[in-house]
Amino acid sequence: MFGNLTVSAFIHGPIETGGQLAVVLGGLTVVFLLTYFKRWKWLWSEWLTSLDAKKIGVMYLILAGLMLARAAIDAFMMRGQQAIATSADNGYLSPDHFAQIFTAHGTIMIFFVAMTFMFGLINCVVPLMLGTRDVAFPLLNSISFWLTAAGAMLVNISLVIGEFSATGWLAYPPLSELAYSPGVGVDYYIWALQIAGLGTLLAAVNFIVTIMKERAAGMKLMQMPIFVWTTLGSMLLIIFAFPILTGTLGMLALDRTLGMHFFTTDLGGNAMMYVNLIWAWGHPEVYILILPAFGIFSELVPVFSKKRLFGYTSMVVATMLITIMSFGVWVHHFFTMGAGANVNAFFGIATMAIAIPTSVKIFNWLFTMFRGRISYPTPMLWFMGFLFTFLVGGMSGILMSVPPADFQLHNSLFLVAHFHNMVIGGVLFGYFAGFAYWFPKIFGFALNERFGVYAFWLWIVGFAVAFIPLYILGIMGMTRRLDFVDLASGYHPLLVVAAIGAVIISLGMAMQVVQLYVSVRDRKKHKDRTGDFWDGRTLEWSVPSPAPFYNFATLPQVHGRDSFWMDKQEKRIHHETITDIHLPKNSSVALFVAGFALTAGFGMVWHIWWLTLVALGGVFVTIVLRSFVEETEYVVSAETIKAYEAKHKTA
Amino acid sequence: MNRDATKGYYGFWVYIMSDCVLFASLFATYAVLHTETFNGPAPAQLFDLSFVLTETLILLTSSFMCGIAYLSAREGKKQLTLYALIATLILGLSFLGMEVSEFGKLVASGHGWTVSAFLSSYFALVGTHGLHVFLGSLWMLVLIGHIALRGITDTLVRRLAYFSLFWHFLDIIWIFIFTIVYLMGIY
Repeated sequence: MFGNLTVSAFIHGPIETGGQLAVVLGGLTVVFLLTYFKRWKWLWSEWLTSLDAKKIGVMYLILAGLMLARAAIDAFMMRGQQAIATSADNGYLSPDHFAQIFTAHGTIMIFFVAMTFMFGLINCVVPLMLGTRDVAFPLLNSISFWLTAAGAMLVNISLVIGEFSATGWLAYPPLSELAYSPGVGVDYYIWALQIAGLGTLLAAVNFIVTIMKERAAGMKLMQMPIFVWTTLGSMLLIIFAFPILTGTLGMLALDRTLGMHFFTTDLGGNAMMYVNLIWAWGHPEVYILILPAFGIFSELVPVFSKKRLFGYTSMVVATMLITIMSFGVWVHHFFTMGAGANVNAFFGIATMAIAIPTSVKIFNWLFTMFRGRISYPTPMLWFMGFLFTFLVGGMSGILMSVPPADFQLHNSLFLVAHFHNMVIGGVLFGYFAGFAYWFPKIFGFALNERFGVYAFWLWIVGFAVAFIPLYILGIMGMTRRLDFVDLASGYHPLLVVAAIGAVIISLGMAMQVVQLYVSVRDRKKHKDRTGDFWDGRTLEWSVPSPAPFYNFATLPQVHGRDSFWMDKQEKRIHHETITDIHLPKNSSVALFVAGFALTAGFGMVWHIWWLTLVALGGVFVTIVLRSFVEETEYVVSAETIKAYEAKHKTA
Repeated sequence: MNRDATKGYYGFWVYIMSDCVLFASLFATYAVLHTETFNGPAPAQLFDLSFVLTETLILLTSSFMCGIAYLSAREGKKQLTLYALIATLILGLSFLGMEVSEFGKLVASGHGWTVSAFLSSYFALVGTHGLHVFLGSLWMLVLIGHIALRGITDTLVRRLAYFSLFWHFLDIIWIFIFTIVYLMGIY
């Protein structure tokens, strides 16, 4: 009846029980608060079933924030363990639990923090930048979000029922095969990523069509803001990379559930096939995350330098070159496979070559700043922090792209330091910059500057203190994923330093929470009355803040790059008649689809086959019922819009 | 063509592109693993070309029928659309039935997917195509239901066009399977 699910799946050791209680109590608290303040109906009709891209974007951001907290706790537990454990006996985590934590940390940070944060910003901003009222397929957008949320939920359910994968975030076989990971951990990993990955793929289809087909009248491709270009690059990469992930994890699932032999050690299976496939997805994935961050910087550097972006065309070319080249470097993740000198040389050189378009971008930003009237509010601070950390990270990457050097540094803490340099210093700082930059547009008031500055300095100092020791440890020979190191190894002092760095970062995160609290408390003081908080250049700043639910009362006409900026310079005012607007009605379809998908995934994890079949049937029935609905839009009358515009008039 | 339809076609093409990549990764895996028979049978000993050729012809005919269904729907001919679509469905299900019986025979003769990496990659590749055909058949049932209840509407013609793209796409994938797995496997 319940497959492999027994009572023992709920019983954990003391520290796991803490995590278990945190998830259950957290959930119950939310339920209690919603019931107590009678907010269920509001939540359902204003948020959960909304098809407004801006609201879906905010829900993505909230999910990213929650998962960031979860994965950061994982990080602090790891740093704590390595700082304490000088032998197999004196750590507080068992080796298996430590392995689950580093797996969960990596998996969550990439799939449910970085990806989710990215889609949050894209949803909030890209339709506005394009001068359109919504994405191409609003319901699909909602389904994408809820599938991502279902995946995140499956990961967190593993804290309560059963266990999570203990194989590292990419689940290399043969370790991830049934013979060596007989528990449900890897299955949780597989099905959480399959469900969330489907959501990501659908979102990419949606944004490609939105960008190609929904641009404002007159906006040519070469007039799109760079953030839209980098989003396009990122979405194209998703279309070509995520199906590989689906296929690869599907094959691993077939190995584990049907006893196939793709990647097993016996009967002809080939584990290196998995490693090749997963990195054929995994390397583009890095660029999926970093390209939108590049786009964010390309938006805010001109605004805070009071100059137009230097080298727009080269920026577009660099973006597209990175998009294409990112599919030609995957072997550099495993030069040690033994592909031979020629293959390794090819991939080493390709890896070095991809630094060229990246440097083009860096120089473009620097030349944009050159002789500009630069100001340094928090978004710009994150950019400066990015410049330094990303440069260091890029240099260490170039170093490892040399195969002989990589043979020494492979799987060491040097590598760990390198990719954190890219993903924290590049991706996360970029998204923090974007979050601070667009916060007034999304919520109608600005973030508190003082605590933003504190948070920035704590983050960047903490980052240096936490990760520079890891570079040194890597060169000293310390491999990654060790749950303890002997005192005699000499690694211990630097691990303590790294742990101090983690504490500083945690203070930075605390400052961000304080910043949010203070900003919401003082929201009247920092209200964005003009809709153009930073004296911006692109269309999102041409509407009031927060953007009206219909985005634009009259759809804008674009005459060139930085259209809004030109309109302001030339004091061009558009007077167009306001007409009725068609907007998508709310729909709960996505919640049902994602709920059933979650149930189906849970059934697959525990081998409760009937549950999976029933849930898949549920998905089918939901879609069929939806296909019979004809009235999917409602009309906002011109009077309503005029009244709303008058009330939220931009100065 | 109205705006909704333009967006829809564009989006559906993008989706099909991504599905191509899914099959590409399965083909790549098959290409790497098909020699790993591990003392089990090799492709030449397992496949019966005339059986597979019949399957192929059935699938291609079903695509032809699908084309007729789409063309007659565009001209608003309800009965013809319905008959052509039902013919497509029957041919699709026959293809699926033959595939299942072939799989059944292989498993019954001790050549199941657990025997070797070659057979794993064979079952996964051909099975994924079969799964797509199965989902396409469900989709056809829904389309038939729509036509029976509501007749030929603009929405229906648009959905039929998406379906037709999907069904032809499965043909193309099958041609690759036929060539790479069966023809190259035997000769």
